[in-house]
Amino acid sequence: MTKPGWRDLAIGAILEKGGTALEFKTGDWRTYKPIWSQEKCTSCLFCFIYCPDFCIEIEDGKMIGINYDYCKGCGICKEICPKQAIEMILERR
Amino acid sequence: MPIKALTGNEAMAEAMRQINPDVVAAYPITPATEVVQLFAQFVADGKVDTEFVAVESEHSALSACIGAAAAGGRVMTSTASQGLALMHEMLYIASGLRLPMVICEVNRSMSAPINIHCDHSDTMGSRESGWIQIFSEDSQEAYDSVIQAIRISEQAFLPCMVSLDGFIISHCMQGINELTDTEVQEFIGEHKTPYSLLMDGHPFTIGALDLQDYFFEHKRAQIEAMENVLPIIKSVGKEFSKRTKRGYGFFEEYMLGDADICLIALGSCAGTAKVAIQELRDKGIKAGLLKLRVMRPFPYKEIVSALFNIKAIAVLDRSTSMSTMGGPVFIELRSALYDNPVHPLMVNYIYGLGGRDIFPRDIVEVGQKLENIKRTGKIEKMIDYIGVRE
Ligand code: SF4
Ligand code: SF4
Repeated sequence: MTKPGWRDLAIGAILEKGGTALEFKTGDWRTYKPIWSQEKCTSCLFCFIYCPDFCIEIEDGKMIGINYDYCKGCGICKEICPKQAIEMILERR
Repeated sequence: MPIKALTGNEAMAEAMRQINPDVVAAYPITPATEVVQLFAQFVADGKVDTEFVAVESEHSALSACIGAAAAGGRVMTSTASQGLALMHEMLYIASGLRLPMVICEVNRSMSAPINIHCDHSDTMGSRESGWIQIFSEDSQEAYDSVIQAIRISEQAFLPCMVSLDGFIISHCMQGINELTDTEVQEFIGEHKTPYSLLMDGHPFTIGALDLQDYFFEHKRAQIEAMENVLPIIKSVGKEFSKRTKRGYGFFEEYMLGDADICLIALGSCAGTAKVAIQELRDKGIKAGLLKLRVMRPFPYKEIVSALFNIKAIAVLDRSTSMSTMGGPVFIELRSALYDNPVHPLMVNYIYGLGGRDIFPRDIVEVGQKLENIKRTGKIEKMIDYIGVRE
């Protein structure tokens, strides 16, 4: 795809729609990947509160997994988890 | 047209009242405090419809202005010196997002050592921030330029700062030829914006991450916008002079027509220089003055052609670039003359730092030295200082 030249861009670098961060997948920045253990997890949702990227997925008040499309692998969830239900492993691609 | 006795600060606050912006977010700082204070009074007295946001710092002031401008508002603020420096980060954001707004700026030196008096180091320190910069010789010019700046900024989609000299002009009373409120409203017209955060049903993203693949294009477009500012300043100035008989271009030429040596100055010093030029003329020296009004964009082509017959130039800079190559105006003008077939001799005088006074006799002396340089072709000191103790 050829990208537009400078004359064809909207003024002030605006994007003519909202919610564009959804299209910017930051998951590939990851060096370490959080692995969640459903057995150990008590769904206290500490990780949900602390995750800086809203990557903890919940359903009916229960944690159901991690969204790897956006998880940057910071490890905050692992540090904060009182049940050691998250482990960080080296990402292999 | 009513004539009122106003200080520089009062004149700028009065222009703001007549403009009646949608939002003013400001934080007071000497010597610009009065602008904010008087405007806050206008708000309290119901003389304007403005939403006044009293913030905790200049960084927040400009941040609030940026938000309000993105929401489609006509936006203004005022500051000086350290306040402008604290806005520095947001200056680039306002210009990069191409948001029109106007700062009434009062020139004051940058600390340290701490000093509240006039020099141009604050304004000059932000000359690469993508803002249009207009200097004023006196209160009348500041009043007139603030009104024009609204039009210029909104037409160019670039922010604009109008400055006047701290204390020397900001606290000095002068008779101001005012436009009526209706005339000002007619002149500035309605604020039209291509987009607004408040546009119902048209969500958009502003300030998104812009990396290697697009940032450069956006900057290129911003440079182009800056190039397009000069014709806008010209046409707005022309229209303004039609109404007021007060003409405004990129600079003022004073006795330059037949001159062979020229002084360059901006701000209040230009007034002092005019007196000195008269005295030099009485001594038979053909001196002229080019008073620079627009510093950004730098109208280099127009300046160069105005200086066509000049043999020797002295640039008076009320700030230093600390590059050891002289003040900002000197450096830029020297560069502008590079492609000229003939190169006038050029010297730079740094003066007035921290509010040190400059007198006609100082400038007469500069003119005499310049005449000597023209005669002998010899420059002893390329960069010199006026009024500093050795
Ligand atoms: S912090 Fe640990 S226990 Fe709590 S919800 Fe997250 S993974 Fe489960
Ligand atoms: S590693 Fe960081 S980004 Fe990924 S889920 Fe945990 S807290 Fe969120």
